[in-house]
Amino acid sequence: MHRSWWKTAIGVVLTAIMLFPIYWMINVSFTRRESIRKGQLLPFDFTTAHYQAVFHDQFPYLATSLIVGLGTVLLTLIIAAPAGFALAKLSVPGGRFLGFVLIVAQMIPAVVMALGFYAIYNRIGLLNSIPGLIIADSTIAVPFAVMLFTAFMRGIPREMMEAAKLDRASSWRTFVSVVLPMSRNVSITVSLFAFLWAWSDFLFASTLDREGGNLRPITMGIYDYIGAQNQEWGPMMATAVVASIPTVLLLILAQKYVAAGVTAGAVKD
Amino acid sequence: MTLLSQDPPAGLRQPRRLDAERVLSRKKRNRAAMLASLGFIAPLAIYLFVFYLFPLVQNVVMSLERYDRGTFVHGGAPFVGLGIYREVIGSSRFWPVVGHTAVFTLASITVQYAVGLALAVFFKSNFRLSATLRALFLMPWLLPVIVSGTTWQWMMNPDNGVLNNVLGFFGVDPVWWLSADNALWSVLIANIWLGIPFNLVILYSGLQSIPESLYEAAALDGAGAWRRFRSITLPSLRPVTLITLLLGLVYTLKVVDIIWIMTMGTGTSQTLATWSYGMAFGKGTSAVVRYSEASAVGSILLVVALAFGLLYVFTQRKESD
Repeated sequence: MHRSWWKTAIGVVLTAIMLFPIYWMINVSFTRRESIRKGQLLPFDFTTAHYQAVFHDQFPYLATSLIVGLGTVLLTLIIAAPAGFALAKLSVPGGRFLGFVLIVAQMIPAVVMALGFYAIYNRIGLLNSIPGLIIADSTIAVPFAVMLFTAFMRGIPREMMEAAKLDRASSWRTFVSVVLPMSRNVSITVSLFAFLWAWSDFLFASTLDREGGNLRPITMGIYDYIGAQNQEWGPMMATAVVASIPTVLLLILAQKYVAAGVTAGAVKD
Repeated sequence: MTLLSQDPPAGLRQPRRLDAERVLSRKKRNRAAMLASLGFIAPLAIYLFVFYLFPLVQNVVMSLERYDRGTFVHGGAPFVGLGIYREVIGSSRFWPVVGHTAVFTLASITVQYAVGLALAVFFKSNFRLSATLRALFLMPWLLPVIVSGTTWQWMMNPDNGVLNNVLGFFGVDPVWWLSADNALWSVLIANIWLGIPFNLVILYSGLQSIPESLYEAAALDGAGAWRRFRSITLPSLRPVTLITLLLGLVYTLKVVDIIWIMTMGTGTSQTLATWSYGMAFGKGTSAVVRYSEASAVGSILLVVALAFGLLYVFTQRKESD
């Protein structure tokens, strides 16, 4: 009993060290401009001015990120759920090969994909557009999503499927009325990660949506500060805190789904 | 036989009456089943073809022709075969960049693994709050990299960064963290910080699957904690270790964001991935955009990543068989 208190104390210290950069970001975001460079451990010169600036300036970017995130979730689910069902329960010619392709697809360097997308988008006019970004962002999530759906749907008992078969349901009806309702949790996990990766994406946003003006995601809103001559750390850190909100919400509200996704095997970095 | 599963072997279920009509309808149904499964898989197949293969091929094509900004406007890039590759590999920057990439990748995955394992062992002895703290540890891994990158950049600011303030408190001279010479170590620190949570979670779940009875037996034999770790934990984790390190290797090879955000690939922090990114999309001093060279470097990176990726697939197959 005594020992476990010691362990808790050590654990808290380790976690505090690990999360220090996040604390530091919050600290700076609440500190008045003239005091930021003093580097005090607490925001003694407290202000919320940076946040007012954020909501004023960054609103279009936040809205864009939200649309791109939701669009990516939708596209990922539409592609991945039926494919997972086919790979798990139907006889697909070349199913094993497809599984192999999905693993390899996750290993392609994003910069290579970005270069290819850039050249293609340039030709068909999808550069600096929301649909273009949604398509590119979905490539981060789709392989992972298909594998997760397949792994889960394999575990659906045959009896459930047989019952659906007796009343002559087509595969489509079995899928919609039996398999999908049972896959609620795995769908949530997939959606969470697809949203989070699209929301956090820097590489595709900075290559395929560089000149999109207000149609750029929040990651670009933060990136603009870096390029500026005179870096404004306060508003920048405040924007960073706001951009972290989805992550924090997910960790608090959907922890079990996050854990399910992380340990699902082939996980993104 | 059914739309939902493959037919059972013929010997298993003999239909009572096999008249021609039935055989015919079964054939029809089989074909229907095949079509149905194709309907489910087709969107993915088309998707992979259009959104993966197409950009990849495009990338390779660009590395074999001489592309520049003008090409995108009025088309027409001369085919130069492997010329671009020869230029890239022959350039004085190539081998240093390969060196940085190797150091960045190998140092990242080994330190991430070591720290992740130590933490996993620590968290395994369930104490008060351990689950909550473990969840908090995930945060760095889930935050947008632009957030962590800018925060590290500020912490490493030479004049007012908190890291130098802390060093100064102990009487150490300020470190020029993001200078050309130190950039590699600085992005390494940030990238290790990003990767620890992933290693912790994977290794923690690996530890959970080691039967407790092994430890009890060893304890009865009088084995100390270190001995138990060496003779039970490490050998039992071998498959998980291999997969974690290989996956980490492939993922670290292609890292662009954290490096670019912190240093823009300055000096020693230039890796193959950031070099490729910078030549095509960087806001560097040179206004010349070099898509072909970027694609060539990208393709080289692709080959290396896929080589290790195949090793991973092979390892995983072997472990699961």
